Formats: sequence, structure tokens, C-alpha cells
Amino acid sequence: MVKRHFDYEEKYKNLREKFQELKKLSQSMDFDLTQEFQQLEEKMEDIRGTKYHNLSPWEKVLLSRHPKRPVVKDYIEYLFEDWIELHGDRCYGDDRAIIGGIAVFEGIPLTVLGHQKGKDTNENLRNNFGMPHPEGFRKVERLIGQAEKFKRPVITFIDTPGAYPGLGAEERGQAWAIARVLMLFPQLQVPTIAIVTGEGGSGGALALSVADRLLMLSNSVFSVASAEACSSIIWKDAGRAEEMASYLRVTAQDLKELGIVDEIIPEPVGGAHQDFTALADSLKKSLELNLKELQALNREQLLKQRYRKIRGIGRFLE
Amino acid sequence: MLKSTFGKQKLIPIPGSGRGPVDKTLPDEPGLKCPSCSRRLKEKEVKEQHKLCPHCGYHFPLNVWERVEIMTDPDSFREFGAGLRSFNILDFPGYDEKLAQAIDETGLSEAFITGEATIGGYPCVLGILDARFMMGSMGSVVGEKVSRAVERAMEFNLPLIICTASGGARMQEGMLSLLQMAKTAAVLGRFHQAGLLYISIITNPTTGGVSASFASLADIILAEPGALIGFAGPRVIKQTISETLPADFQKAEFMLGHGMLDGIVERGQLKKTLELLLRLHGGVKHG
Ligand SMILES: [Zn+2]
Repeated sequence: MVKRHFDYEEKYKNLREKFQELKKLSQSMDFDLTQEFQQLEEKMEDIRGTKYHNLSPWEKVLLSRHPKRPVVKDYIEYLFEDWIELHGDRCYGDDRAIIGGIAVFEGIPLTVLGHQKGKDTNENLRNNFGMPHPEGFRKVERLIGQAEKFKRPVITFIDTPGAYPGLGAEERGQAWAIARVLMLFPQLQVPTIAIVTGEGGSGGALALSVADRLLMLSNSVFSVASAEACSSIIWKDAGRAEEMASYLRVTAQDLKELGIVDEIIPEPVGGAHQDFTALADSLKKSLELNLKELQALNREQLLKQRYRKIRGIGRFLE
Repeated sequence: MLKSTFGKQKLIPIPGSGRGPVDKTLPDEPGLKCPSCSRRLKEKEVKEQHKLCPHCGYHFPLNVWERVEIMTDPDSFREFGAGLRSFNILDFPGYDEKLAQAIDETGLSEAFITGEATIGGYPCVLGILDARFMMGSMGSVVGEKVSRAVERAMEFNLPLIICTASGGARMQEGMLSLLQMAKTAAVLGRFHQAGLLYISIITNPTTGGVSASFASLADIILAEPGALIGFAGPRVIKQTISETLPADFQKAEFMLGHGMLDGIVERGQLKKTLELLLRLHGGVKHG
């Protein structure tokens, strides 16, 4: 049976509570075990820390989808000032699975885009669980055009199971909308930075990831298709998703090794939601540095570097 | 990406008349059955009709060499890039065997062939995906060959024509395959900036990473009648939503109706149509 939820933290919390009970009980009975308890506590924290340094790819997949994991809007609100959301694709509708707008970072106005999952069921239903329709990608197309016109750097946040597979999405040209965004991002004459904060699922995630720099949070994942889908398609068995996750090489660390990811932002022990502020602060530092580096390049250098990076992807024999 | 789409329509193998290696999967039986109208057909009559069913017009799948034959001037096709080969980058279980089997069965080195050819005397760069080779899936080599074909066309100021048939990204190469979508799209961005003509011909089936990258980034997008075209495969969509789907859902005719294609061209008309389009875009005849 495949594990569907990342429950280590709950179990650990349980253990801690039992431990506190034991402490209290021993105190009430005049057992002086202060030193022993302290040692034990340190050891427990140690084991927990080690656990988080050695999560399996599947555990990372689960952690990247954790219901308490910060959503893109949390990052936008924490990292930027003067955020104003802009809506619609001017063509069909406003896709709430993708948010976009303008914000200020270190005094610089930016265009900010990201997949938007919900924090609860209602919000998730409204945002279609962060799975965009073509109008979402066309909103991206519109807003990056705007960024270019007003010379604003573009920051994108990636957190989606994938582009939505449905009747309307196909009728309105999901493939066309994604392809177009993939073609336009490399041509932008402003710096672009993409950050995978949670789940990077397939083409719908890729559409926001073509950038000068690709950063990943240490427990986020990026995959050609979900491990479940790959497992059921290649092995005709969705039950082997856990095994598939390790073969697909979906973790930030694997993708850094493959040269796909530029930088990993370490998450606190327990994952991004355990200490959001600490995580967001280190992300902020990294953004500052990366943006500064990219802004120091002239337009030709920027486009050349970016193109060389994209053009060079792939491994083969010749 | 969505291999499942291939399960829908049974690909009835029929002996190839192409100049390429003989397809070993072809049975010796003299007759074949049209998967659309179920009539028994004679091989010869099907072959003479560009592999169409003479009764209902069903388009039998073509291998790359048969496609070269119906689309280009005789003996004009000169392949390039045949030396590129895939390897098991991620040590993915079974990938080596799958590759070896595909090479053995198709006689191709990969799912995509590229070359220069003339069509009605007009030179062009031509790329063709073969669905027999691991569902025409795009891994590093297919992405690289697409990119090189685009660059070749830019280098020699030639129009580019690509025929697709693909289940999408090649999962066995993980993210390296997904990123081929970005790579081919980026290279095509430069191609369009250079003011050159790109014609995409979408054949059955084209879904996933190929439809959401180079197949839909052409100036002119044509499709074969009845071809399945979409982002997600129909089975995934049926699993996801409970609505009933239209009978022609994701067929070329459906996509034309929704404004995604410039036209549907029957196989017998394809070469003529391409000739006209090349002429209309200032094609200069060879010789
Ligand atoms: Zn028929």
C-alpha cells in the first residue's frame, strides 16, 4: 500500500506529548531524571533532523503536497510590498489557478506570477487545486508582455499538480496556450527567476519555469508527470508510485545534479510550514542576490546566457 | 506523456512500401481490416490510396519512410542527424530494453527523422515522428533533432515542415524529457524571429509534450482527418471529469471547429497543399 500522506510530523508530535507526560509524571514522583530527559530530548531532535535530511523521494513528493505547506500567495505577501493582483486573459476569463500582478521587491517593481493552490477545500475548489486552464496560461502571456513593456523583471512561483485535463481546457487549446508561453519566456528582455515552492507537475508547471534562474525549495519536487501517472502508464500499476518517484529523479537535489536547477533553498527541519519566516527570509536573500546578478548583465548577455542554458538541455550519444 | 491514448485505436500494421528498413512487426496475411468501417481490404488497393481505406477514408498509420514517399519528390530526401542516439540517462528500469526493441522493430535510431527534401521542386527541411518508436515520445534525442532541424532551416533560409505523431514526453528520461518542450519552443522562437515559414502537420495521435510544444508553434497547422489531437489523453480526461464528452472530442475536426487548426488535409492532397503553401511563401524551385 502506498503511503498517501506525510505523517511523520504528526507521529513525532505524538511522541513529544507522551514524552512530556512522562516528564511530568516522573517529577510528581520525585524521580530526578532531568539530565536523562534532556539527553533523550536532544537525541529525539537529532533523529528527527536526520530523518529530514534523508527523506525518500516519495516522502518529498508527499511533503511538497502537504496541506499545510505555504501557498504561493504566502510568499508573495511576505516577500514583496505593494502587491496588486491583475486579472484575466482578455479573451475568455480569469483563471484563479494562476495569480499574477505587480509588486515591489527591494525598491524594484516586478511582475509576479504563480500557481495558486487553496488553503482549504473551498479555496481549492475555487482555484481548481492550482491546475490551470488555457486562460491561465494566456493571462501569463499577457502579463509577461506587460513586464517587457515596462521593463519589469519577472518572478514566477511553481506549485501545481499540472495543467487541467478537461473538456473546456481542450476546447480552448491547452496545448496551444502552454506552447506559446514556452516560446515567449526565452525571448523576454528582462531578468526572469522561477522558484519551485511545492509541486512541479508536468507541462503546466514547466510553463512558468523557463527562466534565467531556476530555484527549488529543498523539499519541493519537479516531475515530467506525477509518479502515480508514470507508474500506471509505464508499469500499468499506480500502486508503485513510491518506487517510480525514485526512478524519475524528481527531488531538488537530483535535479541540481542533473544541471536543471541552479540553486536549492534549504527548508527548516519539518518542512516549509514549520518555520515559514525563516524559510522566506533565506529565499529573500537568494532572490536579492540572483536579481542583482541578472540586472548587472546587459540585454544581449542576458538573452545569450538564457538561450545557451535552455538550448543545452538534454543528454545523448553522438 | 500519455501512452494510454494509443490504446484507443488499434494500429493495424500493413506492409510498408517505403524505402526504409522493413517493419518486422508486419504479418504476412494478405488482407487487412479497416479499424473504422471493419471492411476487409486488399493491401494493394490500400497502398495505392496512400494507405487510406477506399470505403470510409480511414487513414492508416504511416511509418516515416512512407511519409517521406507521399510528401516529397522522389529520391529528394537526404537524411541528417541519424547519428544521434538515446541512452539510459537516469538508469531507468527497462529503458535500455525498450530502446533496443524499438530500434530493432523500426530500423530507426530514434523516433524522429530529419532531412532535407524538395516538395514540387521547393526545398525544405523536413522532420517526421514515427509513433512506432516508443509511441513517438520526445526524449533528449527527439528534442535535439527537432532543434537541429530548426537551426538547419535557419542556416539555409529554408522552410520547415514537421509531421507529428506522439504520446508526449518520454517519461524514462524524467525532467530531461519535459524540458525538451522548452528547448524546442525556444529554438522555434528564434526561427520565427528570422521570418521563416514553419508548417506543422499533426497526425494521429499527437498529445502531451509534443502537442504543447513544437507541434502547435507553427505558422500553419494542418492535420490529417480523424487524428487525435490534444494536451491530455482522452482516458485521463474521462477519469478526471464526469461530463460526457462529444463524440468527435479531440479529433482533428473538433480542433478545427475550435479554431486550433488551419485546415484538415486528406493524405492524397497533402503534397499538393504543401507545394502551394511553399509557393505562396516565396519558395524558389531547385534547378
Ligand atoms: Zn474503412
